[in-house]
Amino acid sequence: MSSFDVIFIGGGPAGYVGAIRAAQLGMSVLVVERDGLGGTCVLWGCIPAKALLESASLATKVKKAAEFGVNVGEVSFDYGVAMKRSRAVSTQNSKGVEFLFKKHKITHIKGTGRITGKNSVTVTTADKKEEKHDAKKAIVIATGSRVKGLPKAGLELDKKRVLSSDDVLVLEQAPKTMAIVGAGAVGCEFADVFAAFGTQVTLLDVMPAILPLEDAEASAELTKSFKKRKIDVVTGAKIGNVKVGANSVTMSVETGGKSQSLEVEQVLIAAGRAPNVEELGLKEAGVQLNDRGFVKINERMETTAKGIYAIGDVAGPPMLAHKGSREGVVLAELLAGQQHVHPVNYGNIPNATYCHPEVASIGLTEQQCKDKKLEYKVGKFPFSANGRARTSGETEGFVKIIRDAKYGEILGAHIVGAHATELLHELAVARENEFTVEEVDLAVHAHPTLSEAVAEAALDSLGRVIHV
Amino acid sequence: MATKVVMEALSPTMEEGRLVKWLKHEGDAVKSGDVLAEVETDKAVMELAARGDGVIRKVLAAEGDASPVGTLLAVIAPADENIDAILAEAGSRAAAGGNGAQPAASPVEASVQTTDQPSAQAAPARAAEPQGEASTPPQSAVATAPTAPAPPRQPAAPPPMPAPAPPRPQPQPSRAAPSADGRQRSSPLARRLASERGIDLGTVAGSGPGGRIVKRDIESWIAPPPAAPGKPAEPPRKRFITREGDYQDIPLSQIRKTIARRLVESIGPVPTFYLTAEFDASRAAEIRTQLKELGDAYKLSFNDIVLKAVANALSDHPEVNAHWMGDRIRHFNRVHVAMAVAVEEGLITPVIFDADRKSIHDIAAEARHLAELARLRKLTPEQYTGSTFSVSNLGMFGIDQFTAIINPPEAGILAVGAVEEKPVVIDGELVVRPRMRVTMSCDHRVVDGATGARFLQTVRRLIENPLLLIFPSTQ
Repeated sequence: MSSFDVIFIGGGPAGYVGAIRAAQLGMSVLVVERDGLGGTCVLWGCIPAKALLESASLATKVKKAAEFGVNVGEVSFDYGVAMKRSRAVSTQNSKGVEFLFKKHKITHIKGTGRITGKNSVTVTTADKKEEKHDAKKAIVIATGSRVKGLPKAGLELDKKRVLSSDDVLVLEQAPKTMAIVGAGAVGCEFADVFAAFGTQVTLLDVMPAILPLEDAEASAELTKSFKKRKIDVVTGAKIGNVKVGANSVTMSVETGGKSQSLEVEQVLIAAGRAPNVEELGLKEAGVQLNDRGFVKINERMETTAKGIYAIGDVAGPPMLAHKGSREGVVLAELLAGQQHVHPVNYGNIPNATYCHPEVASIGLTEQQCKDKKLEYKVGKFPFSANGRARTSGETEGFVKIIRDAKYGEILGAHIVGAHATELLHELAVARENEFTVEEVDLAVHAHPTLSEAVAEAALDSLGRVIHV
Repeated sequence: MATKVVMEALSPTMEEGRLVKWLKHEGDAVKSGDVLAEVETDKAVMELAARGDGVIRKVLAAEGDASPVGTLLAVIAPADENIDAILAEAGSRAAAGGNGAQPAASPVEASVQTTDQPSAQAAPARAAEPQGEASTPPQSAVATAPTAPAPPRQPAAPPPMPAPAPPRPQPQPSRAAPSADGRQRSSPLARRLASERGIDLGTVAGSGPGGRIVKRDIESWIAPPPAAPGKPAEPPRKRFITREGDYQDIPLSQIRKTIARRLVESIGPVPTFYLTAEFDASRAAEIRTQLKELGDAYKLSFNDIVLKAVANALSDHPEVNAHWMGDRIRHFNRVHVAMAVAVEEGLITPVIFDADRKSIHDIAAEARHLAELARLRKLTPEQYTGSTFSVSNLGMFGIDQFTAIINPPEAGILAVGAVEEKPVVIDGELVVRPRMRVTMSCDHRVVDGATGARFLQTVRRLIENPLLLIFPSTQ
């Protein structure tokens, strides 16, 4: 038994980043993680998915290579190789976190943690040994979330026909046909990946648009692009009569009053994640859950039990790695007793979807501005009018900035296009620092860059766009 | 170099002013600091001073005219300088203003501006916003920062801290946006919100990183507490009370939050309850009589005794000497008592600062002086803002008991009635005694019944034993 200032249960992006920040601030830290360090993000989410998307991007580009005067001869695609590369990238990143832990002298125990007292955590290691550790300052629940199937619709995960995103990350080959249920970020990204590797993809969502949380114009732009790439996008879809066979899955898909049947080799469930709240001893410790099953926290990330905190996916949406990491940092600073800790600004967390074209956003959608009855103006600039986008032949998409009509505050920003997820951060910095659209324009943007489209959209919102 | 004389925001809430009287006239030579005119604000008659040297070349506002803040009133310039451009600009702006787009002036007009500064920069931006969003791009706002008379121009290296005190009784240090060196930290959005709403950034406490003033600070500044009828709405924070160490912020406990929320739902924005008590004023009356016999120099009113008693009691009860801050309660370590004074058009509440540390004689003198200034409408904003608690006395009108309305964010106000002879039973005998009835209105979010009652017990002890008032504390 040892004693630490802080014990993190979970070594994902919330827990491991919080642990490093706590160690930087002089606290002794233990991280309990049953899987590899880095959590879902590094092992089963962000990183391997992005590695596969990079393969998909290259596959798409190679198809156009001749246009650019590059002849590559006959091209073939092998999902298995792409998958192995993505696993290697994941492992490399996980090792990177291990190195960071050593550097910051953070103790890491591989095992399952459970709260077994006011300030103690019992860890069960792989060889079933139990050890108990004390937390002098805080126990932090950072156990994340996991994919859940859609058992109610007859789509129970079985690792063969009905797959989770975890499962497709280790597929040896791409199926000929696939239905993806759920057209959020995960669904859209895998639709992109499998379409690039030759799978006939049907993307289904019960909501009226794909990426339903994004601005309607961004969703429409991506739908247009997906359809061009022969991805079958079915929105407002109701799934019924699911039959999981030995070699295929059949289902009926009802949309707009019409029903059609669909037979696919595999189904990917890309809807719904559940927080990992089980077997942590939460109830006994007095940690309450909210009505949606997440651990209930306040703005200081305190749970209902004194000395116990929660961060990341387990503490509620948005279930994004960078939101969890920021909570970890802020919590570490609060625990260190720092004055004037900059709180987590939940209204300014970027959203990023890495399909092609990429979709990135921050702040309010135009519909949300309408619902809030805000007076706003929209500035929009298409990449088709941007020199740099033309040189790379990636002219899909646009930058859209919604600003307050009177004071120029950037209420929301939405980018669809190549490198949208990188371009967004100029506007994230602007919003965090309360720059208005005028400050965005005042900063000189290099030519030719895609970033010029951001400045032009800002100008357009002021009625002063130059290049359209 | 010409200097514009504009209608300045002489109080935090002033939107327009009436030019009462020109003290200098066209052709007069003036120096920076000379009083040019008297201006009537929403609260007082104040002096408008010159911000530059020269000759008054043109007077544009007539006596009696009311002008929005920022309006050009006159032009000061060397006798031989051509001022046609300024006059033309003022003329066109007056025409544009006629459309009623923006009541408040942009920061450029609101502060002194010298004509050779590049206001042209602002022009294209404005032109692009035909509906006069009065949006001054920040870079031009910086150019107008200096408020000093004719500062030496150093375009390449701006002076490190160009905030010389203008010769005004209440300087407006940062109305014209932060200094070019960026030491005053505020976000561009906060600056824009502040300038368009006429808020002096110098009066705003920043809550962003490193004390940076951000949008929420401006938003919370402008959300004025609901004003009591007939009482001018006063912004809650003044330079007298925001110094650190002058107060303690008490985080809200859950029970406090619940009480606050439930009460507000029940009764309105300031959930008020009332505590009434009757004090024996025999000894207070005796003291007054004795002092009066010694001569006019020793005259003391019941109100003076009440003010001093309340001040001393407040220093013993910081939980009543408090403000409701929305997300916390602020207990003050200093006692600034406001006294309501009836004036012709309403009432105003001049403040006796650090009243607990002043002698009763000083309080009496100061109360008389402030009441006089109030009636003459000569109070400056510093004199009627920054109180931590208020006292209202209608005894001189023969009112024996009344309730007063809390001046938010204060936690209470004490309403004092007339001292009257009344029959009371003392030791089983009916006797006649001078009695004083007081009613305290309490903001229940801050003060509970028992808290208020304990405070009134202390006040009673002091008023019924006025000799205690010569000691610094009752405890």
